[in-house]
This record gives sequence, C-alpha cells and structure tokens, in this order.
Amino acid sequence: MVLGLETPLGLLLLASALIALRLRNLLAAAVTLSVFSFISALIYLVMGAVDVAFTEAVVGAGITGVLFIVVLFHTSRRSID
Amino acid sequence: MRKISLVALALFGALLLYASSGLPGHGDPDGASHRQQSPAGSPVAAAHYIRHAQGDAASPNIVTVVLADYRGFDTLGETIVVLTAGLVCYLILRRSP
Amino acid sequence: MTSSSRNPILITASRLLAPFIQLFALYVIFHGHFGPGGGFQGGAMLAASILMLRLSVGAERSELKFRKSWGTPVGALGAMIFAGTGLLTLLLGGRFLEYHFLPLPDLSRAELHSAGILLIEVGVSLAVMAVLVTIYDDIMEGPGGN
Repeated sequence: MVLGLETPLGLLLLASALIALRLRNLLAAAVTLSVFSFISALIYLVMGAVDVAFTEAVVGAGITGVLFIVVLFHTSRRSID
Repeated sequence: MRKISLVALALFGALLLYASSGLPGHGDPDGASHRQQSPAGSPVAAAHYIRHAQGDAASPNIVTVVLADYRGFDTLGETIVVLTAGLVCYLILRRSP
Repeated sequence: MTSSSRNPILITASRLLAPFIQLFALYVIFHGHFGPGGGFQGGAMLAASILMLRLSVGAERSELKFRKSWGTPVGALGAMIFAGTGLLTLLLGGRFLEYHFLPLPDLSRAELHSAGILLIEVGVSLAVMAVLVTIYDDIMEGPGGN
C-alpha cells in the first residue's frame, strides 16, 4: 500500500468501467474507456511498474481511443441494445 | 439468470480479494520473486537479472535489458505479431487501386 | 469528418504540438536504457502524433509527414532491422541476438550489448509506428470509409 493510493484508484477504475458499460452514447463510452486506461496506468505507476504504466498510457489512452473514435465515425453513434 | 450471474460475480470477486491478501507487499525482499531460491529449490531468474543486468549491458534500466537482451527473441516475436496485425488490416480493408 | 468542419484552433494547436510530441518520443526511444521507455512506447507516441495530425488537419495534408503508402514498407523495415541484427550476430559467429558479436570497434562487451539494444529498439519503434498508422489508414479507407 504505497501512499494508500491503490484503493481509491481501484474504486475510480470500477466506476469508470461501470459508466462505460451503461452509457448509450458510444463516443462518450469510448472516451470513458480512455479514462479507464489512464486510471489503470496510474495504478501500475503506484505499484512501481513504470514501463508498463507508460505503455498503458500511450496505447490504451491514446491509440485505442483514436481507433474507437474512427470506427464510430463509420458506424452509428448510439448504442441500440 | 441475471441474479445467478450477479451472485457468481460477487463470489468470484470475494475469491480474488481473499487471494490478494496472500500476495507479498511492494518491494518485499522476502517475496517469492526476490529470493535466491524458489520454494522448490531451483534458482530464481529475477535475482540473476537484478544482479547482472547492469554489468552485462551497461544499462541501468533492468526492464529494457530483460526485454531486449535476455528475452530478445520474445521481443522479435512481439514485433512480428504487431506487423502481422498491420498486414492483415492491409489485406482485408484496403481497396485495390 | 468533412473538411468544412475543421476548426482553425484545432489545426493550429495540433500543428504546434506535433513536433514536441515527436521530440519526446525520440527521447523516450533513445533514453530507454536509462529511464522508463523503449521502442514500443516511443513508436506508439510517434504514431499518436501522426494520428493527431490525421484527425485534425485531414488525411491529405498530413500525408506530407507520413504517406499512406509508406506504412507497410516502413513496418517491414523495422522488423527487418530487428531480425537483421540477430542474423548479423549469427553470421559473425555468435548465437541469435548475441550482441557482443556486432562489428563495432573499440567497445567493451557490455557497451556492445547496449548498442545492440539501441539498434533493435529503433527497429521496434519503426515497426510499431508504421503499423499503428497503417491500421488507422486502412480503417479510414476500407469498407464504409470516405
């Protein structure tokens, strides 16, 4: 428990995952997934795995978000289920 | 069905929480991955890397040395996987001119 | 995604920001021995800067930085730099990726390993950057694209 930060970050992670599941607007859901990736990068950082945190921040919060948004531009913006 | 899956999820989460109480702490020198010998008596790789990485590759970052030197062949496979993903996207999605 | 929806603030900001992201990505690649980072992270950051330009100023203008047709060749070049380093050490009498057989003069064994790590990280970064950009380009150009 370095700095005791893992528990609040874990709760934030859970909250962002639930929000991304519940959102009907898929663009907002993609952005929330980027938030999820960034919080998990912070958790890796707190745990001391700096390289893994770096990869997660760049790939998860950057590239994956861009690819999700590009796919959303080609399909529907709203979830139908 | 929804209730059953919720109960299964809660049980699985409780199991994971219970298991995580047995993990060693951060930077614990007595943790299983930091010992010289595993409980079965065989030498542990991490101790060798921590001791020799700086002298073998003149690089203070042990992660880089493990990724690119000790486990260089793995990284080659990883690069090939990434390249294959790009080639598959090229073959499936790109229109022929 | 039409050209009429482009915002001048977005265009100016992304054009100002892109060189700095690329500079930091190069720092991450070449400083990977001494701090966090390495080929994969630096290549992904280079790809992120190019994708930012693609999204903001449009595909036509951002092709001045990285052409669509370069993606697959540059990715293959990166993988070939990596595999070529391994094959070079194999030809010079060592085992695959045994860096102290590299033909660089006046370097100790550990420094040769350091140079070999740098070589393959450049290869990995080229491959990752090109592949991520080419996936974006193919999705934009593919079925349903404009």
